[in-house]
Amino acid sequence: MTPNTSPYLSPNKMLNWSKKNLFSSWVNTIMTVIALIFLYEVGTFFLNWAIFKADFINNFRGETITDRTFCSKNIEVGQHGACWAIIFVRFHQFMYGFYPVEEAWRVNLVYAFLPFALIGVLFDKLPLRRVFLYFTFAFPFIAYFMLYGGPGLSVVATNKWGGLLVTLFLGVTGIALAFPLSILLALGRRSNMPIVKSICVVFIEFIRGVPLITLLFTANVMLPLFLPEGVKPDNLLRALVAVTLFQSAYMAEAIRGGLQAIPKGQIEAAQSLGLNYWQTTRKIILPQALKIAIPPIVNTCIGLFKDTSLVLIIGLFDLLGIGRAALSDITWTKLYYEVYVFVSLIFFIFCFGMSRYSLYLEKKLKTDNS
Amino acid sequence: MEQVIQLEKVNKWFDDFHVLKDIDLTVTKGQKIVVCGPSGSGKSTMIRCINRLEAHQKGQIVVHGTELTNDLKNIDMIRKNVGMVFQQFNLFPHLSVIDNITLAPIWVKKLPKKEAENIAMTYLEKVKIPEQAQKYPGQLSGGQQQRVAIARSLAMNPDIMLFDEPTSALDPEMIKEVLDVMIQLAEEGMTMLVVTHEMGFAKTVADQMIFMDEGRIVEQATPDEFFNNPKSDRTKLFLSQILNH
Amino acid sequence: MEQNFIRKLIFDEKTRALLIQTLVIGIFAVLIYLVTKQTAYNLEKRGIGTGFEFLNIAAGYDISISLIPYDSNDTHLRAYFVGLLNTLMIAVCGCFLATIMGFLVGIIRLSSNWLFRNIAYVYVEFTRNVPVLLQIILYYTILLHLPKVKQSIIIFDSFYLSNRGLFSPAPIFKDGFSVVIGSLIVMIIFTFFLKKFLKKKQELTGKQYPIFLINSALIIFTPIIFYYLMGMPLEFDHPVMKGFNFKGGMVIRPEFLGMLFGLSIYTAAFISETVRSGIISVSKGQREAAQAIGLKANFIMRLIIIPQALRVIIPPLTSQYLNLTKNSSLGIAIGYADLVHGFGGISLNQTGKAIEIMLIVMSTYLTISLTISFFMNLYNKAVQFKGNI
Ligand SMILES: Nc1ncnc2c1ncn2[C@@H]1O[C@H](COP(=O)(O)OP(=O)(O)OP(=O)(O)O)[C@@H](O)[C@H]1O
Ligand SMILES: [Mg+2]
Repeated sequence: MTPNTSPYLSPNKMLNWSKKNLFSSWVNTIMTVIALIFLYEVGTFFLNWAIFKADFINNFRGETITDRTFCSKNIEVGQHGACWAIIFVRFHQFMYGFYPVEEAWRVNLVYAFLPFALIGVLFDKLPLRRVFLYFTFAFPFIAYFMLYGGPGLSVVATNKWGGLLVTLFLGVTGIALAFPLSILLALGRRSNMPIVKSICVVFIEFIRGVPLITLLFTANVMLPLFLPEGVKPDNLLRALVAVTLFQSAYMAEAIRGGLQAIPKGQIEAAQSLGLNYWQTTRKIILPQALKIAIPPIVNTCIGLFKDTSLVLIIGLFDLLGIGRAALSDITWTKLYYEVYVFVSLIFFIFCFGMSRYSLYLEKKLKTDNS
Repeated sequence: MEQVIQLEKVNKWFDDFHVLKDIDLTVTKGQKIVVCGPSGSGKSTMIRCINRLEAHQKGQIVVHGTELTNDLKNIDMIRKNVGMVFQQFNLFPHLSVIDNITLAPIWVKKLPKKEAENIAMTYLEKVKIPEQAQKYPGQLSGGQQQRVAIARSLAMNPDIMLFDEPTSALDPEMIKEVLDVMIQLAEEGMTMLVVTHEMGFAKTVADQMIFMDEGRIVEQATPDEFFNNPKSDRTKLFLSQILNH
Repeated sequence: MEQNFIRKLIFDEKTRALLIQTLVIGIFAVLIYLVTKQTAYNLEKRGIGTGFEFLNIAAGYDISISLIPYDSNDTHLRAYFVGLLNTLMIAVCGCFLATIMGFLVGIIRLSSNWLFRNIAYVYVEFTRNVPVLLQIILYYTILLHLPKVKQSIIIFDSFYLSNRGLFSPAPIFKDGFSVVIGSLIVMIIFTFFLKKFLKKKQELTGKQYPIFLINSALIIFTPIIFYYLMGMPLEFDHPVMKGFNFKGGMVIRPEFLGMLFGLSIYTAAFISETVRSGIISVSKGQREAAQAIGLKANFIMRLIIIPQALRVIIPPLTSQYLNLTKNSSLGIAIGYADLVHGFGGISLNQTGKAIEIMLIVMSTYLTISLTISFFMNLYNKAVQFKGNI
């Protein structure tokens, strides 16, 4: 943090501010000039490409773009920018994958209710938090029923799922399933039973020592080998298993950090009152440890969310996978940058949002403790 | 007289460090015993052994006729009947004062919440801070926190209270308010085992004084004898240091 | 009596712990038994044998990038080593580049120039919040759409960048270059002891020595002197355009460059954050730290602060190196011939030995990770106990 970071004050202050932050010395002034030129060059190039000279739905002749040959830049080479039509035309795929169009409302409904399932977990001072938390617990079942189908709803097999749906499904479900597992692992790692402890240590260090892609491969290739013949988990489920195990190891380490921060006196006080191990853990240790551990937990969640993109390597169509699929469609091929920029932007929005939330929590934790 | 705590030849080691050496101690019902001694002499360790926050390795500790062993049921039973107050208060910072107090009655004694809260309020009144019930420990002064900690222990309705230097983390002006509560408790007939260097308190309250040094009970006597006519040189030295201080 | 026994079994602290652990082992044993049995059955049914004999069979596929001689007649075992070397190569190069970029960006983040500071901030936020896989693919795509060989972008007259990669001069080491390298190694060891010696002397006499400056000068200038003494034993073979392609020199393929850029740009963002917080934690007060570049005197101060900050920076830095190494397994997405791509991918598909191959690949990564962590822990212990390094 530097003093006077905000330039939006009175003109006088603005002058002072720029003197201090932009022109404090001749070196600084040269740097400012270089930076301005750089910003101008990059800014105009990018804005022209992405907005001013770009196609959205129609090309410069006013025709609706239905394939790449209609893109302005393919008609007048070198004159035009991005051709965003690929995103608009294939928007359904980006959001839902190959989910039947007439059933897409089910996914939308799940998307719409997702914030309500999260809000109770995220903000501890929320009015009626308890009600929201009940909803959080019920949500996975509702969501599963809505997405997959069942009595009253037609079944949509998971190989039809794709795009943001798969990214969010793996991210959210992976995190939700990993959470209880990671608590057990973290507690186990601090247990004084040598065997329980070593199992947890070996598991955590193993998972953290290998790349996620090898776990995904293993789950993909070997899970069917391990299981009886009749049981054939579909590809999405295999990826989910790998992602959950992966996330649980990282989360467990974050939680262990929180556990270590709890003074021994807390445990002793609880014991001296007659609380047993699980009561002490549930009522005294975990509430305090998790509160401390939430910022690092959120950071692992950001990591996981980004890492869900790896499932494209085992043939699932997450957001990035759908983008690649769009590029391999002969009618849209070669619009790489449009697709990659769009996919990046979606990932950025989610991850940046989570990192802001984590910062907010860290600040809150600091003020709570002082 | 009914014996409530018996220690017989209790020995304890931390790795190869011999902390408690052949400790013998008997506490009868209603007795108030004050333990003092230099730092590191094993006072805390001894009273922590009595509710099994530390496990002893040799000898016998019997509380209410039940011997302390690895048996978790027995440990739980003894902990329910033995309250403990710590130097660092050890209140649960994420729970309000009232929740701190009702926690054990609700989860260990399985009392209904309403009843537990009534009990909590009674004890909060006893320690003279009923108005702080809804606050969080972080919002209280040290003296108030320690009184909440006492109320929290009392809410389990123990017959024995252990105190480990309950006032040494407090500013001087708060020490009295905590000692007053302890004196009142003593007057009501509670069995108390108190580690403290508050000699004024010891003189008013104690039936027996115990002096520990290097893991042994060096001297045990009535306060009168202890202060006026100590037998061991170690005790004399200690008393001269602490009283002239 | 019997009741006492049961009571002891369940409520005794020690027996209970024993009971729980036996139960855990039991469950594990049963699970492992069931899985192995099922797996053996499944394998038999599919006609896949087990064992590591396949390692000695000819691999039968080519690998585009190889540090050691390799052709498709070589064994799977050799393919494994080719892949492993490629993994290590991209990891080392990536860590190197990421460190330089990370430190640079970290220092710029503390610049007194508001614009520089915030440009660096935007870089950090944009790169670390977008999946590294996406970035690798993106940079690779850009590289593939560079001009054709004929219209190569020429850098410093000797590097040619085109859609076939970067053509650059190849170093030719002549006799005597080993002496230069040797002098560098000797100097690094020497300065290590010199530092200890000077520290001791400083403790005894109280006289302060500019240890860092002395040592840097020794490490940098000694090899240079030896280089000239040995008659400049290093030459370059420059690439020359012949027909449609370059002859001579060496080529760095776009797959490698894509991986290198993706991994290092992504990791540099994280490194810059650890560098930034490391510097802030060392230099007293954030206000002072925020005036880094921009003033000459401050820049020098920065150079003095960084060695101190290193102690704070190195632990998180190593964990970033670990992450980069693990992320190098994403080469498969753009066809970089690393361990997972060649051995873990193609060999696996050809031999069907999924279990053996995944076992080998995972153990390899595990070994790399544990080795790095091991040295990390040694370092941490050294810092903790001596308080100084
Ligand atoms: N968990 C432990 N592990 C190892 N040694 C310990 C442990 N707890 C206490 N000790 C050692 O045992 C000795 C006695 O400690 P204890 O806390 O009982 O002393 P004390 O008489 O209460 O001292 P004080 O007046 O400082 O509280 C000390 O030397 C201490 O260092
Ligand atoms: Mg003590």
